[in-house]
Amino acid sequence: MNAIQGERRDISSERNHEELSSLKAEGYNMLVDLTCVDYCAQGRSPRFDVIYRLMKFDLADGKDLGRLEIHCGAGEEPVLRSVRDLWPVADWLEREVWDMFGVKFYDRPDIKRLLMYEEFVGHPLRKDYPILKRQPLIGPKDGAKADSPSFNILKPTVTGE
Amino acid sequence: MNISNRKTYMLNMGPAHPSMHGVVRLVLELDGERIMACETEIGYLHRAFEKHAESETWNNVVPWTDRLNYVSPLINNVGYALVVEKLAGITVPERGQYIRVIACEISRVTDHLTCIAATAMELGSLTVFLYLIKARECLYQRVDELTGARITTSFTRVGGVKADLPAGFAEKCAAAFAEVRTAICEADQLLTRNRIFMDRVEGTGVISKEDAVAYGITGPFLRSTGVPYDVRRAHPYLVYDRFDFVIPVGSTGDNYDRYLCRLAEIEQSLCILEQAFAQIPDGDHSLEPREMKHAYELQDMGKRGDTELIERYAAKVDQTLEGMAAAIRAPNRWATLPAKEQTYTNIEGLMNHFELVMWSWGIKIPVGETYSAVEGANGELGFHAVSDGADGPYRLRCRPPCLFTMAALSKILIGAQIADIVPTFGSVNMIAGELDR
Amino acid sequence: MPLEASIPPAGAMTTRIEAALGWARKYSIFQYPFVTACCGMEYMSAAASHYDMDRFGAGFPRFSPRQADCLLVVGTISHKIAPVLRRIYEQMPRPKWVVAFGVCTCTGGFYNDYSTVQGIDTIVPVDLYIPGCPPRPETVLQGLTLLQEKIQKIGGRNR
Repeated sequence: MNAIQGERRDISSERNHEELSSLKAEGYNMLVDLTCVDYCAQGRSPRFDVIYRLMKFDLADGKDLGRLEIHCGAGEEPVLRSVRDLWPVADWLEREVWDMFGVKFYDRPDIKRLLMYEEFVGHPLRKDYPILKRQPLIGPKDGAKADSPSFNILKPTVTGE
Repeated sequence: MNISNRKTYMLNMGPAHPSMHGVVRLVLELDGERIMACETEIGYLHRAFEKHAESETWNNVVPWTDRLNYVSPLINNVGYALVVEKLAGITVPERGQYIRVIACEISRVTDHLTCIAATAMELGSLTVFLYLIKARECLYQRVDELTGARITTSFTRVGGVKADLPAGFAEKCAAAFAEVRTAICEADQLLTRNRIFMDRVEGTGVISKEDAVAYGITGPFLRSTGVPYDVRRAHPYLVYDRFDFVIPVGSTGDNYDRYLCRLAEIEQSLCILEQAFAQIPDGDHSLEPREMKHAYELQDMGKRGDTELIERYAAKVDQTLEGMAAAIRAPNRWATLPAKEQTYTNIEGLMNHFELVMWSWGIKIPVGETYSAVEGANGELGFHAVSDGADGPYRLRCRPPCLFTMAALSKILIGAQIADIVPTFGSVNMIAGELDR
Repeated sequence: MPLEASIPPAGAMTTRIEAALGWARKYSIFQYPFVTACCGMEYMSAAASHYDMDRFGAGFPRFSPRQADCLLVVGTISHKIAPVLRRIYEQMPRPKWVVAFGVCTCTGGFYNDYSTVQGIDTIVPVDLYIPGCPPRPETVLQGLTLLQEKIQKIGGRNR
């Protein structure tokens, strides 16, 4: 039953990229999930526990050859190295962890929010953010031209990074 | 003007777009009709599911899970219940597991029907939309009968399901499945070899196996590239290892293959359902056979003080009443409601019920964390639950399958034309409730 | 300016014209379905052949707000999409009506949290509230008939 959870390993947050790239070289080619848990309500230190869930996936017959659950502790002002170069989907997953928990990832283009709007202040899934705390409604951005397509214009790059 | 001076311009396919997919924003950098770069912006339906789960009790989280992938709500319900039961070490009896399989597969069929219907409608085939939604309607009526609601079902509980199958359910379902089969036959005849449809979907939205794995994609998206990965086969849960079903795979990873995969999966789900109805064990036999009396008659006896008389009878209560049958409920009394006979006739049963239902009492799951996944309609739907011994989750993470597909969308669309966005986006089957949680 | 405002006041003729315009408008509602969440599934069911909104004249969704007269807000509105909703509302020409479909749009539903708008009437004026999570298609059709009565009575005034 625990094959789907995988064996638990703990790594240090300073060396997360090295450990994960050696695991990728071993054959863990799919990043199943990247998430975080905030333990400040339990008073635990380090406060954040970033969890990488990896799977060794056999492309030919679609077999799950093994899973791993990597835990990585991060303190009050957490900074971890990005694993975007190993698994491209980590881009969005790291943005979500930043958005919800405030765990910063470096070695990647500017991190921005994924689920909340840019003007939002704070990181909602932290235990000290009350669920009922609504922030003022945002309106249309000023300075936008009358016929410009929408708010929050993002600038995609031509190379699709 | 120098027309060889190529300049790109930006087009915003804004959050409110004319398809029934919900709210996602695509900012496209176009060179004529070709997409040079694409950026996806999500989060327009963020409803704080994970935050709400932290302030609810274990059973009260189930209605929130309905609204994740709202086209296949029962799969979310089952996925969540499985992760909690895994943490607690509870096993649901067989009949309960078969009922959960039946619920999951009906939901899977409604999801695929909705996906194909919406995609077909956007490519111009309103007829197929109406046919498939009519078939979906038949299934919704069965779901309504089973759970009490058409869409937001809240059907599973920790340790079991809400209630047993209603009387005559198997026959009515057989009629509904016949309707669904007719509808997908008609859709097949109208679409599969249709020149217009094939021109739009064949060869568009192609993704390679390596890219799919690099993006963590599972489900029909991955299967369309030729990889036969299905959580029901790789990590069988409930009673899926007893069923004989095929995993349809594609070959090229384009929208056409995904459409065919989904159509084939509907048929496979109907096969599983028929096997489940054939194999399902009978209901409650755990109580010794006693004469049945209506609950109100037993109450009257209790009021009169004839308690020895009460013990001679079994309470006759509607089988869809919650907590009735032992066969669908795990025997762990600290997690599942006692049978109604016990609740209504003796004080221990009443106390058991009270302690499970009152706020801040409830089910206390032992400390720990675990991950469990089910095969959602879009792929591996995982839940990571962390418990600290309280009456609700400390942290509940939902691993949404369509987040990974949407992350790959900007890569898939590069080099495509604007017209290819519609079938590609349709075959991603993005459900905003799951994507944004 | 709605059509009634351009008719000079002339007693009985005006009320006949207003009634005729109300009758015409109520049986040809061009909805703009602003679908975000689960209620969209019930909207699809209500629009499809089993429950059929078309027999009420409301079966033709216009996918551009400039061509629509009824803004059907279907599903939870979060703070991120609220400005978009306001903008769509402002883009619609008058007379226009707004239907809050589903309890998330009426009051926020059970999403009392940091990212959900607690009722779209904080952003746009609402004409009809259809509660339910999601409302059954029969409820939607009842709401539609109530909206039609409202359109008949009020017509295009102050819309």
